[in-house]
Amino acid sequence: MTPSQPSTSPDAVRVLVPVGMLGGGFPPATIDRGIALGADIIAVDGGSTDSGPHYLGTATAKTARGAVARDLRNILFAAKTAGIPVVVGSCGTSGTDAGVEWVHDIAAEIAAEVGIVLEVSRIYSEQSASQLEPLLVAGRIRPLAPARPLTAETLRSCRHIVGLMGHEPIADALAGGADLVLSGRATDTALIAALPLLRGLPAGPTWHAAKIAECGGLCTTNPRTGGVLLTIDDLGFTVEPLDADSACTPTSVAAHMMYENADPFRMREPAGTLDTRDATYTAIDDRRVRVEGSRFEPADVYTIKLEGSAAVGYQTIIISGIRDPDILAHIDEWCDRIINHIDQNAPETLGLAAADYDVQIRRYGHDAVLGAAEPEADRPPREVGIVFIATATDQATATQLAKFANPFLLHAPLEGQHTLPSFAFLGSPAEIERGPIHQFVLQHAVDVTTPQELFRTVDTKVGQ
Amino acid sequence: MKTTVGELASHVRSKNAGPFWITIDLFFPDTDTYRRASTSPIADTATIAARYSIDPAGIRIFLLPDLAAIKISFPRPTHQGSIHDRDMHAGQQYVPLLDVEIPSGVNKQQH
Repeated sequence: MTPSQPSTSPDAVRVLVPVGMLGGGFPPATIDRGIALGADIIAVDGGSTDSGPHYLGTATAKTARGAVARDLRNILFAAKTAGIPVVVGSCGTSGTDAGVEWVHDIAAEIAAEVGIVLEVSRIYSEQSASQLEPLLVAGRIRPLAPARPLTAETLRSCRHIVGLMGHEPIADALAGGADLVLSGRATDTALIAALPLLRGLPAGPTWHAAKIAECGGLCTTNPRTGGVLLTIDDLGFTVEPLDADSACTPTSVAAHMMYENADPFRMREPAGTLDTRDATYTAIDDRRVRVEGSRFEPADVYTIKLEGSAAVGYQTIIISGIRDPDILAHIDEWCDRIINHIDQNAPETLGLAAADYDVQIRRYGHDAVLGAAEPEADRPPREVGIVFIATATDQATATQLAKFANPFLLHAPLEGQHTLPSFAFLGSPAEIERGPIHQFVLQHAVDVTTPQELFRTVDTKVGQ
Repeated sequence: MKTTVGELASHVRSKNAGPFWITIDLFFPDTDTYRRASTSPIADTATIAARYSIDPAGIRIFLLPDLAAIKISFPRPTHQGSIHDRDMHAGQQYVPLLDVEIPSGVNKQQH
C-alpha cells in the first residue's frame, strides 16, 4: 500500500509538542515554526512518576520554577497571538492540586507581564482516600500487574493520591473555549489526543501519534533539539521535527513505542488499548514519517489508574570514602561488621525495636548500583564511596542512628587488625538529614461510570 | 571475534516503565546480528531470571525484527524509590546483560 501524503485537508489536526517536559527548555524558534506550519494546539507535559515518589508524596515540583516560567513565556504569548489553545498535563510533576496551582500562578504572572488575557481551565485530579474507600468496598478498584489487591489501610497510608485522567476532561475544557488548560495528573498522551478526538478524528492514529510525540524530540534523530509537529487525519498521522537540522526516520519513530513501555505494541489508556502491531512507518521525505494502520480497542469498562505515595519514614546519611587496599580487599566483611554491630547494640542503646529502623551501606565504586546483580563483585575496587543510610520513623531517631554508627564508619578495623584505621568523611557535620522518605504504593485502577467522574474543573481568567 | 551482547549490540538501555516495571531495550546493528541474538540465551527468560535473581514467570521478552531489537520487561525487584532501591530511573540496570554470550550462527545453518 502506498502511504497517503500528509493531509492538507482542513479536517486534519496539527499538534505542536515543543518539549517532553515543561521546564526542559527548547529553542524559541520551535514555537514559531510549529505555528507557521499550521499548529492547531500546543500540548506539553508537566510531569511524570520518573523522578520518584517524593514529588507526589510532598506535592512539590521537581522542575525549577524559573525554567517552567521561561518555557511558558515562550509558549503563551505566541499561542495567544496565533489564537490557538495550550494544554499542560500533569502540572507540577505529579499532578497534585498544589501542582496545578503552582503552574497556574506562574501562568498568571506571565499573562500579566506580557499583557494578555487567558481563559484558563484548571482540572484537578487529586483523590482522597475517604472518597476512594467506598469504591474499594464496592469492588471498583482493581490491581494492575504486579500489584496485589488494594486494602483500605494502604489507601489511608497515602500522603497524596492522583488519578490519571484520559482526554475527555481536557477536551471538555477546550470545547468550552479555554485558551489554557492546566490539568492535574493525566496520561502523557491524553493532552495531545484531546483536540484531535474532540474534532472527531479516529482513536487509533490519534493515540499512536500522541505516544510518539509525548517526549517531544525523543522520536527524532537528534532528541536534544526542539520538539515535533503531528498532523493527524482520518487515515493516520505524520510526524516531523521542528528543528531544521533534525529528522524523523521510520526507525526513530517506530523505536519510540519501546521507550518506557513494558509492552512495545500495546498501550493502555482509560478508554481502551492502543495496538500498533499492524502499523506501518514510511518516510515521506528525509525528515517526515507517515504512520498508518494503528488500531484502538475500546475497553468494556472505562478505568482510571491511580498513583499514590506514602511516607515510609525519615532518613539520615553519612558519606565517606575508603582508599586503603587491605580494607577494600575485604569490603564485604568490613560492611557486615558495621551493620551487625549496629543491629546488636543500637536497639538497646537508643531504645528502639528492630522493626523501627533500617540501616544499610552502599558501596559506590563497587556494587552500589547493581547490588546482588553486580557481575564483577569479586574484583576488589580501587576506591569506594561509602553511603551509610539510616531510616527510622522520625528524623531525630534516624540521626541518632547515624551518630551511633559514626565512630564505626570512621574507625572500624577488620577482624584481627590491631591498629585503628580512619576513613575519609565527606565533611562536618558527618550526618546529612534527608527529611521524609516516600514510596509509591498504588498500582491500581478504578472502574468509573463517566470519564469525568473523578475530576473537577474550575474556569477562570488570568491577565488583564 | 565479537561474541557478547555488549560487543554486538549498537545500543542497550534500561528504564522504568512506571514505578513497578523495568524495561531493557537492545538494538542490533543489522538483521543478521539481530537474528543471531534472537535465538540466543539473551532472548531466553532463564538467562534473565538468573542475571537478576528474579522469577522467570514475570519476564516478558519481545522480538522486534523490523527494528532489529529485543525488548525485555519484568517487575522491578525493588519498587522505584523504595528505601532499598539503588537506581531511581533504572538507567543502569542493563549492565548485567552486557556479557551474555551470543553464539555465532556459523555451525547452525548447515544446508
